Amino acid sequence: MANFTPVSAAIGGALIGLAAVLLMLFTGRIAGISGIAGGLFNPRTDDRLWRLAFIAGLIAAPVAAALVGHAVPMPQMPGSMITIAVAGLLVGFGTRLGSGCTSGHGICGIARLSPRSIAATVVFMGAAIVVVALTHHVIGG
Amino acid sequence: MPALASLLCGFIFGAGLVISHMVQTTKVLGFLDVFGIPSGTWDPSLIVVMAAGLIVTGIGFALIRPRTPIFAQRSLWPTATDIDRPLLAGAALFGIGWGLVGLCPGPAIADLATLSPGVFVFVIAMAAGMAAQDLWQARGARPSEQKLATATDG
Repeated sequence: MANFTPVSAAIGGALIGLAAVLLMLFTGRIAGISGIAGGLFNPRTDDRLWRLAFIAGLIAAPVAAALVGHAVPMPQMPGSMITIAVAGLLVGFGTRLGSGCTSGHGICGIARLSPRSIAATVVFMGAAIVVVALTHHVIGG
Repeated sequence: MPALASLLCGFIFGAGLVISHMVQTTKVLGFLDVFGIPSGTWDPSLIVVMAAGLIVTGIGFALIRPRTPIFAQRSLWPTATDIDRPLLAGAALFGIGWGLVGLCPGPAIADLATLSPGVFVFVIAMAAGMAAQDLWQARGARPSEQKLATATDG
């Protein structure tokens, strides 16, 4: 477990939790990123301002980190843009169909002990583990 | 004020993703790659992120649950309880996409700040997937159901 970083993981995770609690306290909303972002692309949405503000804050965090000398490097991505686009489509379509992602189900939902969110988290984590096993060890080698 | 509060929450959320390194696909894939458990390269950091997030959110939600939000009329706590096919199918599709790249919606949006071309492609495709799902759902559902679906988003 050479890459295990428990301290930064615990601090970061606590901040994510704090953000979810504060968003509910201030605005009465669940901090689910797919729900917040998805609402922007839905023509029936009439509350775009808080959604845009949250997303602006999300993007501002790595910018602020860079300003204080801790620039976030570009993430490693698959070589094929087609793979990236297919993955993006699946993540967008799947999170909206399943009413949530890692934050909405994985954090906010499980924190409420929602059976739906526990089931969703088990399924998306299981699917991701299978895909990584296949692409990294069976197909890609 | 609600928008400013929301901006602050987004920033704290993003800071959590940056500090925990969840904005790095290698970090996420290092957790999802269970073949790393026998070989000793597995990275359980993601579990610690989730555990810490769940402790803070669990306690915080319990404390504020009875309260009316400061900048809204009422809290929109999710009300759905049934484990139905859309939930499971959606989660499975999301998991496949997550495993292919190592990005879920939060880190993908935060990573736009790195100006990585691949991340831009991913986020544009993700937005298209979200819009496509909304259009697809709007064809079959009555307006009352559409409103409900929006309120139960995680």
